[in-house]
Amino acid sequence: MKRWNNKAWLLVVPMLALVAFSAVIPLMTVVNYSVQDSFGNNEFFWVGTEWFQEVLRSERFHNALLRNLAFSGIVLVIEIPLGIAVALCMPRRGPMVSVCLVLMALPLLIPWNVVGTIWQIFGRADIGLLGYSLAGAGLDYNYAQNPLDAWFTIILMDVWHWTSLVVLLCYSGLVAVPDAYYQAARIDGASRWAVFLNIQLPRLKRVLLIAILLRFMDSFMIYTEPFVLTGGGPGNSTTFLSIDLVQMAIGQFDLGPAAAMSLVYFLIILLLSWIFYTIMTSTDDAAGSPGS
Amino acid sequence: MLELIQVNKVVDGEATLEDVNLTLSNNAINILLGPTLSGKTTLMRVMAGLDRPSSGDILFNGESVIGVPVQKRNVAMVYQQFINYPSLTVFENIASPLRVLKVDSRSIIKKVQRAAAMLQITDLLDRTPEQLSGGQQQRVALARALAKRAKLVLLDEPLANLDYKLREELRSDLPKLFSEQGAILVYATTEPIEALLLAGKTAVMHEGRVRQFGTTIEVFNNPRDITAARVFSDPPLNIGTVTKMGALLNLGEYSLPLGSQANDLTDTEYQVGIRPHNISLNRDGENSVEILGTVTVSEITGSESFIHFHFADCHWVALVHGIHIFGQGEEIQLYLNPETFYFFYRDGKLAQAPEDSIR
Repeated sequence: MKRWNNKAWLLVVPMLALVAFSAVIPLMTVVNYSVQDSFGNNEFFWVGTEWFQEVLRSERFHNALLRNLAFSGIVLVIEIPLGIAVALCMPRRGPMVSVCLVLMALPLLIPWNVVGTIWQIFGRADIGLLGYSLAGAGLDYNYAQNPLDAWFTIILMDVWHWTSLVVLLCYSGLVAVPDAYYQAARIDGASRWAVFLNIQLPRLKRVLLIAILLRFMDSFMIYTEPFVLTGGGPGNSTTFLSIDLVQMAIGQFDLGPAAAMSLVYFLIILLLSWIFYTIMTSTDDAAGSPGS
Repeated sequence: MLELIQVNKVVDGEATLEDVNLTLSNNAINILLGPTLSGKTTLMRVMAGLDRPSSGDILFNGESVIGVPVQKRNVAMVYQQFINYPSLTVFENIASPLRVLKVDSRSIIKKVQRAAAMLQITDLLDRTPEQLSGGQQQRVALARALAKRAKLVLLDEPLANLDYKLREELRSDLPKLFSEQGAILVYATTEPIEALLLAGKTAVMHEGRVRQFGTTIEVFNNPRDITAARVFSDPPLNIGTVTKMGALLNLGEYSLPLGSQANDLTDTEYQVGIRPHNISLNRDGENSVEILGTVTVSEITGSESFIHFHFADCHWVALVHGIHIFGQGEEIQLYLNPETFYFFYRDGKLAQAPEDSIR
């Protein structure tokens, strides 16, 4: 027999209200814009899926999406192995542990736009240390004119800013490995590589799953760094979906297409994250764990 | 034969092993018995070669093995945690030390099959450790040690994390499995009962020292000192201070008759050790003495009861047959048999143990 107690709603309602105002209502407003056209005066006309079709067919959207995918791909390929490698190098105990942890946490505490500004100045050939040294070494480095240099700078920025997140996650996974595992491997005479492959990597699987997901979602939503660095340039070379979206909505004031695009953008992130998650957890389930 | 000669181990200025002298052979299981942090694991690590002793020597069949790296020593170790390679199948887990030794694959299959058969995990060979229960995981770890055919097998509380039934099953198998290989078998445990069940030889460890080493039953019956007796007693040994005066023992305000074993002791102050099962609720034997105790807690273990009580300004425990429930603060009659007392001098050395027929 279950007794219903309606007082529980009192506890839920504040949360519901908060979520409604912060997420549901804004989202529905976006949905509202995405299916209507307006010529001002608060007059709206129903246009159905027209904006969605326009966005999905436009080359501008395709290019920005490709840039996003390329960026996330490159960032993951660099940050995940690098993060694991750095975590493996960190000491497991002793006074250096806290020093390392603080050093690793430092970049994470810096706001995005500050990171952007730091690197923007750092990379300038006239006053920036990096730009000046590269120029001095005879390299023609200029992120404001050369798309490749702009990409290089943004990726470097992201790696600098976020690799430590992967490091910290991996480190927490590594510290959780009991010493007895390493002892057993030593007694067996297992090589360093075998220890990594057979003991450490399997143990890191779960935290890596989280690291990849977080880094993917975050990098896919990149906005501030390219915005601060070149505002999406040179040309359109660093115009990612988010930058494009802002230009469309606030620059051109095309609210309908911008709303449609932001919904598509949102669905893409959701879909990709879901795919990532399913693939990674299904390999986990294949191994199964009824015993533990 | 493994000989440890004056082995010391100092970690961060603190002695974790002090003057350990042991000679272990392969004709009986060697048990290291001691509470946690008594140095059992440290001693095993030193024996294995994972750690270097700070001083002293370790001889294996007469030759010093100090400085020989662990992977060249042909040792196997099984831990309290179930240590297996999580990503490898059970087969590969058992085969892993053989692969490192570059054994050819046909004899690997044969050896793995044999070890798996002995531990009854043949039908699990294709699974990964995560799919196994705790007992099965530990069997895999044991099979790995078995397949390696190591000359020195170190088992560090291997059954501590298993449930009661599995523990009994594996405990009776273990010595047989490894003795067939002629390996020196070392088994660390915190439980006196486990040591008694395994028989063999026992080294009683306390605070980094081996207090006593000998045949398990001998060490149990004739502890060298009060520390060894305490370590080797579960439930804990009851200890009281007595003064012997002629044929009488003064224990608090009580005067007890002297047991026949203590006739030759000089008149002075002693500490007596009384095993909990020698305190009873009924008079047994003509020498039994009635005392009055105040119950603090009584616990039931199934067919027996623990009665914690206060007597002569000390906290005592009696282990009695049957189920008895007493309320806190209740005054009850208990019986002590002076024939079963262990006498220790004030410095802790054993003065007199009870006679064999009495214990």
